[in-house]
Amino acid sequence: MEIKLSESPQLAMEWRKKKGNKPTGERIIEAFIKIAGLSSILLIAAILFFILKESYPFLVGSFDFKEFFFSKEWYPASVVKIRYGVLALLCGTIMVTALSMLIAVPLGLACAFYISEFCGPRLRETYKILIEFLAAIPSVVWGFIAIMMINPTIIKLFNVPIGLNILNASIILALMSLPLIISVGEDALRAVPETYREAAEALGATKWEIATKVLLPAAKNGLMAASLLGVGRALGETMAVLMATGHSIQIPHSIFEPGRTLTATIAAELGESPKGGEHYQALFAIGLVLFCLSFIVNLTADILIRGKRQ
Amino acid sequence: MFRPSNHLILKEIKEKKLKNLLSTITFFLFLPALIIILWLFFQGSSALSIDFLFMDPIEGMTAGGIFPAIVGTFWLVIISVLVSCPLGVIAAIYLSEYAKDNNLTRIIRLAILNLAGVPSIVHALFGLGAFVLFLKMGTSILAASLTLAVMNLPVIITSTLESLKAVPHSYREASWNVGASKLQTIRYIVLPNSIPGILTGVVFSVGRSAGETAAILFTGVAFYLPFLPQSVFDQCMALSMHLFTISTQVVGVPDAYPYATALVLILLILSMNSIAVALRSYFRTRRKW
Repeated sequence: MEIKLSESPQLAMEWRKKKGNKPTGERIIEAFIKIAGLSSILLIAAILFFILKESYPFLVGSFDFKEFFFSKEWYPASVVKIRYGVLALLCGTIMVTALSMLIAVPLGLACAFYISEFCGPRLRETYKILIEFLAAIPSVVWGFIAIMMINPTIIKLFNVPIGLNILNASIILALMSLPLIISVGEDALRAVPETYREAAEALGATKWEIATKVLLPAAKNGLMAASLLGVGRALGETMAVLMATGHSIQIPHSIFEPGRTLTATIAAELGESPKGGEHYQALFAIGLVLFCLSFIVNLTADILIRGKRQ
Repeated sequence: MFRPSNHLILKEIKEKKLKNLLSTITFFLFLPALIIILWLFFQGSSALSIDFLFMDPIEGMTAGGIFPAIVGTFWLVIISVLVSCPLGVIAAIYLSEYAKDNNLTRIIRLAILNLAGVPSIVHALFGLGAFVLFLKMGTSILAASLTLAVMNLPVIITSTLESLKAVPHSYREASWNVGASKLQTIRYIVLPNSIPGILTGVVFSVGRSAGETAAILFTGVAFYLPFLPQSVFDQCMALSMHLFTISTQVVGVPDAYPYATALVLILLILSMNSIAVALRSYFRTRRKW
């Protein structure tokens, strides 16, 4: 009997299946592998479940949609009237994220362009290792840098009374999300087939023309996904913004005013709120908002990346 | 003689300018990292000594050393890796060797992506609700490590998956052809060939969890403990948390102390990263395919 070499693996597998000689031990191990494979679904469901569980009494009790999202009064420990409005915190998060992306996205994408299109292979490796190092600096160290280094610089440079403000947090967040934006953006640019560049070059296009008229449209989705992942990173960052924003619950009117974000509020108040109390449950409700926000951002980024490949 | 027209020369100049601009931007983006590390080093090195590393903090954390924090960080990191590493590697094996291209697999991928994107403070809330309260572990090293493990799981799965996929398919086919089962193929062919990549990912994730603060904030780390943890059900101190405490919560700490703590933390993480980078480049040169 003649068997084609390319078919033989399948034949071998089929033969095994027919013989049914898979030992029980192997079956048990494979079942175990499958369960481990499903673990991430279980975990993400568990995260949602436990946050819902802890915030449930608040959500069905004193939760008022209008007050929660449209009131800027967050007085969880007030004696007179307790109010849970996250508008000021939401504004803080949005301002810090938007400003940091305004800094990080253009710079990060420019950097991704440089590393992917202009660098030699050796320089590229060096930059990649540097990106990994930059990404490895923990957020608490960034927060420390915000307090000790950027704070006095802002006071001196702009002649303002306090340097722990929206601007400070945005600079820190920009530095923190840059590695992610650069590496994902670079991947997106490298995924553009080499033939596109060659075709454009053959037509006499300069690098600048190739970059703007060929690569940008071709890698558009990937670059947008890179920016979105940066947004996700900035949105969820906790310790650095806790230390850098200056900790005051108000809607900031300029970038030199302090503010506070959703994440920082949880980190600052959860420790002092009595377990099982309403304040505690309200903080879990904020966690739920954050979970949903990051879910939407990540989902969109994934759809963008996947859409491009098809 | 051919001479490029003015138009072309202009183009060339423009292109050079562009390249210079981009390289300057890139260079200045990486400058801050270098400055920060050097600056931490200059400020912190005066307080850095053997005593600082091996003494307990005394006088309300304004003097002494950071020994309990270093010990605590080691506990947290080791236990979290012991949990997340096997689980993550096996999950990646499922995805790379068993999963078919169907909706379930798509959902798993989506779950991994989202697990990686969930803010660390939300992980902390989960750890508090699930491990500390529901499973009644209390605020303990175990609860904090498990929270860290959940955070690290997507990182380990992704890096392992990459190195499993890098093993050529022909290796597997050859193994099947000599009659090995799928499991035997994984055990004797796929895993040995991807161990370097897996190891690199794990070492990276160790560095990541050593610096994490928000996730362990409410699940097992104390501001200050006068004793070293005796079991996984004790609380502990951690370097990252200690840096947060002495730089924002305690008054009267000598300037050099937080700098030195930050320096120790960064050096710990950077050495982990350097090991990972070195491992990667070492194995890359020895790769057989």
